[in-house]
Amino acid sequence: MVRELKITPIKNGTVIDHVTSGLALEVLRIIGASNLDKESTVSVALHVRSRRMGWKDIVKVENMELSAQKINAIALLSPTATISIIRDFKVVEKRPVTLPDRFTGVLKCPNPNCITNKGEPVEPDFEVVRRRPLALRCLFCDRYVDDFLPHLNTR
Amino acid sequence: MGLKGRDLVSIKDLSKEEILSIIRASRKHIPVAEGKRTSNLLNGKLLALAFFEPSTRTRLSFETAMQRLGGKIITIADPSVSSVSKGETLSDTVRMLSGYADAIVIRHPNEGASRLASLVADKPVINAGDGAGQHPTQTLLDLATMDERFGTLSGLKVVLMGDLRYGRTVHSLAYALALFGAHLVLASPPSLRIPEHIRADLEQVGADLREEEDLRKAVHDADVLYVTRIQKERFGDLAEYSRVSSGYRLDPRLLNEVKPSFIVMHPLPRVAEIPSEVDTSTHAAYFRQAFLAVPVRMALLSLVLTGNPGPGGG
Repeated sequence: MVRELKITPIKNGTVIDHVTSGLALEVLRIIGASNLDKESTVSVALHVRSRRMGWKDIVKVENMELSAQKINAIALLSPTATISIIRDFKVVEKRPVTLPDRFTGVLKCPNPNCITNKGEPVEPDFEVVRRRPLALRCLFCDRYVDDFLPHLNTR
Repeated sequence: MGLKGRDLVSIKDLSKEEILSIIRASRKHIPVAEGKRTSNLLNGKLLALAFFEPSTRTRLSFETAMQRLGGKIITIADPSVSSVSKGETLSDTVRMLSGYADAIVIRHPNEGASRLASLVADKPVINAGDGAGQHPTQTLLDLATMDERFGTLSGLKVVLMGDLRYGRTVHSLAYALALFGAHLVLASPPSLRIPEHIRADLEQVGADLREEEDLRKAVHDADVLYVTRIQKERFGDLAEYSRVSSGYRLDPRLLNEVKPSFIVMHPLPRVAEIPSEVDTSTHAAYFRQAFLAVPVRMALLSLVLTGNPGPGGG
């Protein structure tokens, strides 16, 4: 039996697989898929069966490779995600996202009184203080963050 | 030791040994701070005081420290009449000051302002309080007060009373005391308990922490009672403020039950937490604490600007 493909392959671009089920639209927000050129296709599969995870989401973006900053943001949201780079229909690189020790420009500080929220020419900067469950600390105001979704920097 | 040219943004920027070296150096500055001797150690040095928020004792003690050592100051005392009011960023203001002065002391209403200043300035930045964040020189003078009285900082039993949630002085102090193996007793209203992340920080450096709502029990065998003001502005409801703050007033009768060497400290200004009749008690240390702000800041400025701890050389 031919296996039915729910999302068609892409020629060039990035596949973000093993996204925590329900977070694909947030991943789209992070990669800024709305800024893609008109020729590119973005496919999103929600609630897909996964042997490893039970359920997962998948995002495929044509003609785009992600910056380290965006990959870090995805890692923050969905530590299980894998990133595959596709060139000419072939997977040239596939790797899980990794959590760096430092997140620069990825999150906005949830402390409204933090100097990084006051129009200064500075990138918010966080260090990892705990890996499981993940917690970060603002390197400016010392605020702890363990709930990342509302504070992701999606500009 | 190498404090020359260094920033002091958080008490965590200093090692235990560096904290002790500043406190020891501050003792040698006391005669100059009292005006009994003169010093020209900082002759030719210029300190910028960038105060973006009102302050009396912190600003005056830095000014006094600099002037007692023969140094000079430039000041932003009122941001409403400076370029800040025209919308200039803090980064730009600090870069400018960094071109003028040999070091910058900054007080700012936003947390992290001082860290930002230290990143953009190529001169040393000393944090004199940033919002509800850090106030490391207050911690240094608090420690100096305890060290002067007890001859050590090791193993003291210190009761921290009042607003442990928002009080910026208390967080830095608790951290430093934990480094020195103090036994900390936290006495605060339930709504003003120490934040979880501060507690986690303290536990990480091995702090011995205990909560005790009954002040009588807390001070019974303590060495120090550190009182902070419960800030009215933190309460939406004035009745709630009155209820909470009235419970956290030091009852002078409590002093009949403490150890003879016991001291009461307060970063000042106080409102009603310590009644004035305590002022004449041998246990009252808060005015000595306020005075020690000058020699401690003299020692710090000497070390940061010249590397020399002060009178007696080094």
